[in-house]
Amino acid sequence: MSPYARPKRDRALSVVLLSSAALAASLIVLILVFVFGEARGALRAEGFTAFLTDAGWHPTDGEFGLLPMAAATLATTLGALVMAAPLGIGAGLFNALIAPRPVARFHRALVEVLAGIPSVVFGLWGLVVLVPLIGGGERSGQGLLAASVVLALMILPTIALSTEAALERVPRELLQGAAALGLGPVACARRVALPAARRGVIAGLVLATGRAIGETMAVLMVAGNVVAWPAGLREPLRTLTGNIALEMGYATQEHRSVLFVAGLVLMLAVALLVVLASLFGGAPTATSHGGGASSA
Amino acid sequence: MKSERLFAGLLWTVSMGVCALLVWIVVDLAWRGIGSLSIEFLTSVPRDAGRAGGISSLLISTMWIVSTATVVALPIGLFSAVLLAEGAQQNARFARLVRGSLDMLSAVPSIVFGLFGNAFFCITLGLGYSILSGGLTLACMILPILIRTIEEALRSVPAEQKLAASALGLSRATTLTHVLLPAAAPGVAVGLVLGIGRALSETAALIFTSGYVTRTPHDLLDSGRALSVHIYDLAMNIPGGNGRAYASALVLVLMLFVLNGLVRLAAKRFTKRLAT
Repeated sequence: MSPYARPKRDRALSVVLLSSAALAASLIVLILVFVFGEARGALRAEGFTAFLTDAGWHPTDGEFGLLPMAAATLATTLGALVMAAPLGIGAGLFNALIAPRPVARFHRALVEVLAGIPSVVFGLWGLVVLVPLIGGGERSGQGLLAASVVLALMILPTIALSTEAALERVPRELLQGAAALGLGPVACARRVALPAARRGVIAGLVLATGRAIGETMAVLMVAGNVVAWPAGLREPLRTLTGNIALEMGYATQEHRSVLFVAGLVLMLAVALLVVLASLFGGAPTATSHGGGASSA
Repeated sequence: MKSERLFAGLLWTVSMGVCALLVWIVVDLAWRGIGSLSIEFLTSVPRDAGRAGGISSLLISTMWIVSTATVVALPIGLFSAVLLAEGAQQNARFARLVRGSLDMLSAVPSIVFGLFGNAFFCITLGLGYSILSGGLTLACMILPILIRTIEEALRSVPAEQKLAASALGLSRATTLTHVLLPAAAPGVAVGLVLGIGRALSETAALIFTSGYVTRTPHDLLDSGRALSVHIYDLAMNIPGGNGRAYASALVLVLMLFVLNGLVRLAAKRFTKRLAT
């Protein structure tokens, strides 16, 4: 075939490209349609408020209160953020502003390795190492604290890499100007670099929150999985995601449908966070450096 | 300048602390996993619910699931990336829509992918709990990262090369196959390897799509347990399964490290080629 046979081949190519992209773009709609379709049964039978007002989670007796588990999801996410945000932002600042180049490169590589560790491996480490440590021998350490720590480890790379990427985008002249004015690294970071990179840092935090809300395996393995309101750092609880993973295997009919309602809630929450992050200009993606891509 | 030094010290401490945590996790993994690791562990099937025997059937299932995901996602991802990188000028609005929906897709929690895969592939399409269902679910999941990486690779092909191709009167298709793709190949490889890594790590999306049967799958419609699902099951449901869980986790992480090394190699070649 001659390379100059332009119109026909190019038109075919256009069709292939367009339909591939359309397929890729429509996946999210397909997912939404199917999750909603399965959730509809329970929504119709129970109404929208039953999931908020039902006293407990007794799926076999038709009681589908999701609120304690939603609270557990929020509590573990908040706990993870409280720990991971200062550490992640600190690590990002370190890499972008004060670390010597080889150290920064090495440190970034390690953070990327951390990002690449599968969640089930974090869960295993949490279960075998962290939980006994928190329990202190006399009781199980499964619960809010263990789940938050493991989650914090998992979202830390996202925060660190996006902070670093946002700081890298701050114009060099700005930092050099600050240094020329005699500002030390603290003042430089606090007054110049961080404010200039604020939007990227916030976008990273928002995306990390989304990851923490959606994380399943690691939390499932260390949270204890008793349906309960968050009551203390060492009290067991069950998150929305964990509940789906635990019960999907045997749930039927309305019970199954309620699990899809929980999935729908998770999806909407995460979608909201993505929109929020994009309002901040989107996180400067650090995944393109390689390695920084994992979630499960 | 006491506060300055304090601040720098704090940042060093935080960063070294993060490194120490990672080292802790990896060393712990190696320490507890290496005892059960042997050639026999890799080549024999699990016995006694995984407490004894090895992981050969799970490795095979994992390979099949990941290969299915890659084979399905790669062409779609490649073509979409070409459209986003090349055709964006003609279809700016469409490109923005595609990007927006891919951003959403990449944020969907993996357990929701599991729900979707179960409802769509297993039940609606009638594929049941199978390698194919799991692989297709993962294909949806790795598509965003695949597209984003390949698009970036295509974009970084120097403009002169594209202009030269147009000046020679080459068609778009020929330009793509003879100029753009060869130039962007290492970048495409990076995207591919990242996608494979993501698929290997995945657990939650697979439990209810590819299932948890431990025997060796015979075809794509057989159910098969992925290595990550095996780790979860051993740790949570099998008393006395921790040793094997650690050994399996060590195998998984080693595979990911090798992939990570490949990414770095490809990325290095990629930047080198751009520099020359």
